Amino acid sequence: MNVTSVDWLPMVFVGLMGLSFLIYAILDGYDLGVGVLLPLDNQQQRDSMIYSIGPFWDANETWLVMAIGLLLIAFPKAHSVIFQALYLPTALMLAGLILRGVSFDFRTKAPSIDKKKWDYAFKFGSLLATLTQGYMLGRYITSFEDSWLSIGFSALSAICVTAGYCFIGAAWLVMKTEGELQRRAAKWAKLTNVLMAVGILAVCLTNLLIDQQIMDKWLGGMQVLILIPITLLLGFTFITVHLYLDKVPMENDLGCWFPFLAAIILFIMCFCGLAYSFYPYIVPFKMTIFDAASARESLWFIFVGAAVVLPMIIGYTIFSYKVFWGKTTKLNY
Amino acid sequence: MLDAAAIANDTSFMLSRIQFATNISFHILFPTINIALCWILLFFKVRFNQTQDESWLRVYRFWVRIFALTFAIGVVSGITMSFQFGTNWPGYMETVGNIAGPLLGYEVMTAFFLEASFLSIMLFGMDRVSNRVHTIATVLVSFGTTLSAFWILSLDSWMQTPAGFEMINGVAHVTSWVEVIFNPSMPYRLMHMLLASGLTSAFLIAGISAYRLLKGDNKKSVKQALNFAVVLAALLIPLQIFVGDLHGLNTFKHQPAKVAAMEGVWETDSGIPLLLFALPDEEKRENSFEVKVPNVASLILTHDANGEIQGLNDFVDEHPPVAPVFFSFRIMIGIGVLMLLFSWLATYQFVIKKCYPTWLLKTGIAMTFSGWLATLAGWYVTEIGRQPYLVTGILRTKDAVTTTPPEDIALSLTLYAVIYGFLLIAYIRTLFVMANRAVILEESNTSLTGKELFSEVNEQVTTNEGVAK
Ligand code: HDD
Ligand code: HEM
Ligand code: HEM
Repeated sequence: MNVTSVDWLPMVFVGLMGLSFLIYAILDGYDLGVGVLLPLDNQQQRDSMIYSIGPFWDANETWLVMAIGLLLIAFPKAHSVIFQALYLPTALMLAGLILRGVSFDFRTKAPSIDKKKWDYAFKFGSLLATLTQGYMLGRYITSFEDSWLSIGFSALSAICVTAGYCFIGAAWLVMKTEGELQRRAAKWAKLTNVLMAVGILAVCLTNLLIDQQIMDKWLGGMQVLILIPITLLLGFTFITVHLYLDKVPMENDLGCWFPFLAAIILFIMCFCGLAYSFYPYIVPFKMTIFDAASARESLWFIFVGAAVVLPMIIGYTIFSYKVFWGKTTKLNY
Repeated sequence: MLDAAAIANDTSFMLSRIQFATNISFHILFPTINIALCWILLFFKVRFNQTQDESWLRVYRFWVRIFALTFAIGVVSGITMSFQFGTNWPGYMETVGNIAGPLLGYEVMTAFFLEASFLSIMLFGMDRVSNRVHTIATVLVSFGTTLSAFWILSLDSWMQTPAGFEMINGVAHVTSWVEVIFNPSMPYRLMHMLLASGLTSAFLIAGISAYRLLKGDNKKSVKQALNFAVVLAALLIPLQIFVGDLHGLNTFKHQPAKVAAMEGVWETDSGIPLLLFALPDEEKRENSFEVKVPNVASLILTHDANGEIQGLNDFVDEHPPVAPVFFSFRIMIGIGVLMLLFSWLATYQFVIKKCYPTWLLKTGIAMTFSGWLATLAGWYVTEIGRQPYLVTGILRTKDAVTTTPPEDIALSLTLYAVIYGFLLIAYIRTLFVMANRAVILEESNTSLTGKELFSEVNEQVTTNEGVAK
């Protein structure tokens, strides 16, 4: 086939890339959140929390490599613009990811007097990563403007994203642990749930005010009809989760998965909202996906591979979750 | 005004180079252990399955923990690597992104996910899945690491010896993916790197085992690991020297300026001597303090004692800085020769004569990280030898650099350097802490089943809570 004529390829790739970012936010989101929540007063709880994410964090982080990789492969021009603009926050985020990734392993192998120090590094690294990710998201939304407004908004976004990650992390713990830790996780989840709700509201409002184009997209004409059910669904999810968390643990641990499911729904909604606001731009209001796309024959080459490999990846991701299904136990080599 | 901008740009360029070199040098230390260690672990496990000899299981348990630690550092430093292209070398992706992108993409899709997903089953799944599934998981992880080496080395080799593309408006477009992937230096580089990985792991295992033996750890498993490692090294090193020679011949064909720098040849001539030592001087364009063996360089490279070798003066402004390439090359070869001597002698003493003289054990400990040194030296030859090009003949390194202000790069570089320095120390220290712990721990109980063995080991290390009640 004539590969230069396939102009749906940039659309497919922006979809794949978006999906990877979303999966990353959900999956690494919960393990980053667990890292941020690590309690400094209870060694046993720290151990269990880390066991609960131990088998998963590596694969979770690979989605970041995938998402960044797709941006690099499919939209190299956008990749350059974005990462030169976000140079320092990126370096800080990487430092955070490095710290937490290695602490996870060092803590069990280093001399035992150092264990607590590695736990601090784990918590601090996770926090650094979530804050910088939120900050970068804010910078991206405000088109990397160098104004105080933009920086203030990005700081707000840093806190919201951290709250969101903590929420999904706490929800993960409610699902994967029992006893005192589970009750503690429910408390964390309740708090961060509220924080996240406030955050989403603030970000949505600011986002609408920041650019006329976005305002028109959501409020112009018939689109209000999409807005209303979305708002209702969001509100409903927030409230039911809150009510459920008050009751944890239910008899037989009924519905322990519910907060995590709710967190996933919230993440998907936020993500779709953002995507809808900015499509078809890949660098907000400066560069569209079609401007930035690389040569079609290269996209085609990757597309063929992706079509074969992605289902396999999803298959063995599911397999891995099945192997480590159920409540967390101690990890042994 | 323009001058200030040019200076800032130059500083960004230098800092970006240092940062990239720091990052990749740190990163490669860990893959280079793991690519082979993973297959070695598989071997230990299969031996245990076959013989039911629990010493093999002990060896497996000890090294799988080191593998896990090494893997974690490899992963996080690799993630940093994947951001480097965008943050520091935007011109790279803009010029050759159509080639580099898909190759990196295939690495992520086919290799990284495979490794990362089955790693947890390999590490923590022994009592959750059947023995067979566990073995399969181990095979898949090994396969994944090797596959990732395949893709990244394909890309790196393409940058050395580009093929299978055409330039349209200053951007590379692929004409044949097979030629891109299997470019002229790719098979040599892949073989050489995989062997380097095998040697690095072998010397690591030999060194740590020798250390445990010297500390009085008389368990059978320690000697088993030590013997295994020296035999492996003794087998791999001749292969490595052979492949290295072929690799050099290939480079001579495709990148003559690099070979001229490696050999320290300034003037094109025939009957070139092999320099054992010299101080190349780029100002005067000559060497001082030469120690040489007549005609041998010609003999090695052209298989004719009077063969002609092109000198650096044929490539003015087109050749790499000479001294770093020249010395790195000698360090790699020197370590290769040491490896040969040690591994053969040690095989003779340990395996055939069954005696473990202290001085030889100490030499083994001294050579624990010799693989790292040789690997780094080899990469410096390859990568510095490619300068001033980033992609030979197509893209100069300085045309690819970012416009990020130098202050920012200085900051990020400092950040990485501090973290990496700290992690490197922590890593090496932890290896020896683990070795010492193993000495004390297993001393008294000579007979343990697999399950008891590992719970015993872990008890000391973490306080068990056992969340599930
Ligand atoms: C010859 C081998 C080799 C070389 C030259 C490189 N790598 Fe690497 N890399 C590996 C061999 C490897 C590996 C064996 O596959 C790793 C190392 C440790 C590991 O666990 O996987 C890995 C891990 C690794 C990861 C993490 C994967 C994961 O999440 O599981 C990334 C993102 C990269 N690398 C990226 C790079 C980039 C961008 C490189 C060059 C510019 C690079 N690597 C050079
Ligand atoms: C793994 C072992 C590697 C090591 C130790 C290594 C080392 C180095 C060093 C020391 C430089 C700096 C050369 C100079 O500027 O004088 C460099 C440059 C570079 N290498 Fe590698 N390299 C490795 C692998 C790779 C791979 C696999 C790739 C890409 C696929 C790569 C891409 C680059 C790029 C883009 C530069 C440009 C920056 C520069 O020239 O300074 N390298 N590398
Ligand atoms: C003693 C005989 C050896 C010879 C003749 C030899 C030859 C070479 C040559 C010619 C290169 C540069 C190729 C190029 O850039 O085009 C190279 C690179 C390299 N060498 Fe060696 N080498 C030897 C031993 C070793 C040993 C013992 C190790 C490590 C354990 C090692 C690891 C490497 C690595 C990692 C590279 C860079 C990657 C590559 O280009 O393959 N070498 N070697």
